Amino acid sequence: MVNEYVRQNIYFLLFRIATFLSVVFLLFILLYILKEGIGVIDIKFLTSMWSHRDITQGGIFPAIIGTIFLAIGVSIISIPIGICTAIYLNEYAKENLLTRTIKLAIRNLAGVPSIVYGIFGLAFFVLFLKLGGSLIAASLTLGCMTLPWIITASEEALKSVPLSFREGSYALGATKWQTVRKNVLPHSFSGMLTGSILGISRAIGETAPIIMIGATFFMGYLPSSPFDKFMALPYHLFILATQHSSPYAREYALGTSLVLIALIFMLNSGFFILRYKLRKKKEW
Amino acid sequence: MPNYRNIKEKLIELLLSTASITALLILIGIFVFLFITGIRTFTEISPTEFFLGNEWNPTAYGEPKWGILSLVIGTIIVTFGSLVIAIPLGIASAVYLSEIAKPKIRETIKPVIEMIAGIPSVVLGLIGILFLSPLIAKIFGLSSGLNAFTSSIIVGVMVLPTIISISEDVLTSLPNEFRESSLALGATKWQMIRMTLLPAALSGIVAAIMLGLGRAVGETMGVLMVAGNSRAMPISFFDPIRPMTANIAIEIKEVVKGSLHYEALFAIGLVLFVMTFVVNFISDIIIEKQVRKYKW
Amino acid sequence: MRYIYLIAVLFLVVVSVGCINQSRITGEVIKNIEDIEIKGSDTLLQLVSNSAEAYSEVNPTARISVTGGGSGGGIAALINGEIDIADASRPIKEKELKQAEERGIKPWEFIIARDMLSVTVNENNPISKLTVEQVSSIYKGEITNWKEVGGKDQKITLYGRQSTSGTYVFFMEEIVKGDYSAKMRNMEGNQAILDAVKQDQTGIGYVGIGYIVDEKGNHVSGIKIIKIAKDEDSVYVSPLEESKHSEYPLSRPLFQYLAKKPVKDSPIYNFLIFELSNEGQQIVKKSGFVPITADDMKYNEELLDKI
Repeated sequence: MVNEYVRQNIYFLLFRIATFLSVVFLLFILLYILKEGIGVIDIKFLTSMWSHRDITQGGIFPAIIGTIFLAIGVSIISIPIGICTAIYLNEYAKENLLTRTIKLAIRNLAGVPSIVYGIFGLAFFVLFLKLGGSLIAASLTLGCMTLPWIITASEEALKSVPLSFREGSYALGATKWQTVRKNVLPHSFSGMLTGSILGISRAIGETAPIIMIGATFFMGYLPSSPFDKFMALPYHLFILATQHSSPYAREYALGTSLVLIALIFMLNSGFFILRYKLRKKKEW
Repeated sequence: MPNYRNIKEKLIELLLSTASITALLILIGIFVFLFITGIRTFTEISPTEFFLGNEWNPTAYGEPKWGILSLVIGTIIVTFGSLVIAIPLGIASAVYLSEIAKPKIRETIKPVIEMIAGIPSVVLGLIGILFLSPLIAKIFGLSSGLNAFTSSIIVGVMVLPTIISISEDVLTSLPNEFRESSLALGATKWQMIRMTLLPAALSGIVAAIMLGLGRAVGETMGVLMVAGNSRAMPISFFDPIRPMTANIAIEIKEVVKGSLHYEALFAIGLVLFVMTFVVNFISDIIIEKQVRKYKW
Repeated sequence: MRYIYLIAVLFLVVVSVGCINQSRITGEVIKNIEDIEIKGSDTLLQLVSNSAEAYSEVNPTARISVTGGGSGGGIAALINGEIDIADASRPIKEKELKQAEERGIKPWEFIIARDMLSVTVNENNPISKLTVEQVSSIYKGEITNWKEVGGKDQKITLYGRQSTSGTYVFFMEEIVKGDYSAKMRNMEGNQAILDAVKQDQTGIGYVGIGYIVDEKGNHVSGIKIIKIAKDEDSVYVSPLEESKHSEYPLSRPLFQYLAKKPVKDSPIYNFLIFELSNEGQQIVKKSGFVPITADDMKYNEELLDKI
């Protein structure tokens, strides 16, 4: 018996170390970027236009704007359709093989690589629909990519609401929509919201699809219409890391990463807090 | 009143179903479009040359070569390498979080792990170039740190949160009866985990691994920046590689639409699509079976 | 709340369909006629971005966007009808011209700068000169060890560009005159090659001169620039020697291809003239490249006269 306890302690120690390592990876990444990148962050960096001749004089403002525009575009395209689809599939559609297959297919599409969505976007939105390399083509492409993710996450949120909620509501004579709206949605809303936000934050970190669909490295002006090209943080970062010749390029790449990560974290944690608050209100 | 309500109900249902149909059309359309474009490749390149040829050189000095074997092997090597890192760490962490850690610690660490998942792959690639690859070059005495090994580490870090999250979910969803009955019989915690929980959760964990695999296969930017990107067939872990995803990302910029090269890249995209779709499909079925077995 | 979402989506759909219909009518990609979209060569990326920025300072209404992706990407985009100007560090290929013709595009070719494409090695490498023949064999994979050309006993690590790169094509067709060794590592851009060679004592790579020379004309640290000779009997020339530019075997013109004949006084035309002007060529120098020769300018003028 003593042997068993010793064995347990050894294994548990190993597991603790494993978890510790996993956490350390993250902390290391964050600290590295913070330490190396914080030097370039100042008001000028964040709010000026990009200067090519002397990158210390310019800033990444247009890239920030581009990323924000993309986030908005992707949200508009994928969140409403995604949530509605999840509601329909989960609450309205009949439970048969077809529906189950569809749900399964959607879930798997969420795992398809972003580059595949990228070439689809190139072929369809840029070339076939002649939208050109533009904000709207990129938003649509990233929107398609995020759609399965949002549908799946919303579906999970809806499924987590116990059947009894719905049954009780029907028993009292409510219609389907009333049931959904008053009984199911309020409880799953925070889950759907989180899923959507996670999907969007994933989308704005993507580089591969936007490379071929409108992201540029230097633009002296801000995109003023959905059909304009745009600068974006991930692509900007990529170019700084691999192709820019200024001796400051590395620092700037790290600074840009910091801004990108900060943006993503703000997005996530903002809604994390929101979800926490919403969860507290729930009483079951 | 009832009439009005009925109409409203029908309208809402219509709206929602329209959204669903739109979503479905989009998703089917993606596959169809890829398929139509990619399949045209085979009118000019034989499938044998494509799948089994080991040289990919569409812009060769002489005859262009269209064999994707070295690209596929590149993908496989990185995926394998990343799983070697992510599976042990991932499952161990999942077990720790679900069974051993105090609830407070679990609640703190879980979001941290989720955050790793949120880091964009370009950023990891950047760290790879600036920090990791010189380090690896120094440690192993290589002339360059841009190779399959470094890529595996980067992709491993990306895949880790997936494996941890899902495995942890699977373990937590196992009914407490399992734990209680095992402990009641006098098992130590580790014995309980090892003999009762893990076998029960096995299929779920396998599914988690497969989902991680899918993610690893699809990883583009992180790999592109540190893989070394040489067309030669990789022989050792320290050789540069050129996975399918990186290859598409690089070459798609130069193709004229409708050209053979364009179609060939779509064919590669199709291969990726099918690979990840199948892997995800299998793992989904496994998870569903698992869930059905152990949930009431 | 949800209704607002739905209404927004419907609105967007209507607007998009409207715009798409618009483009169908004109048959062109939608954009502002004043915009100049430039894409292509990574070698030219810095230079053209600098020019665009300088030009925008004098002409605040100009809207120029510059992207990289490689000469191949730029020319492909030009042929696809997506952009106005393609930067290219190599001449357009026959195949591409044919593809352009099929789509009704007749590219206008201008030389806007010159490059002394440089071969670099790590600063610790004892080798300082090579013939074109040797460089070719090295890149073909026929010579694999530095000692075969008089250096240390170390395996040579080849760094090159991606196939989208004009530099890749130029180097392959003019210098290597054969296929690159499959072991060559295809790097993302000039800077990536440079960084790799800086770190790798056994490395060799080719980069545009703008990337190894800073504003003051000094070359960057960590690397050594190889002197090249046409053959064993010729003089070994360094790309840095201004007086010997015409003898340097890897000298090459840098092009811009316009999608169609430029209209006089249009934004594209004005920008082009700016680039070819003294001011523009000063920017070329500051960016580390070499201004066009008198012959180059004569070539340009023949075309400009036709406008």
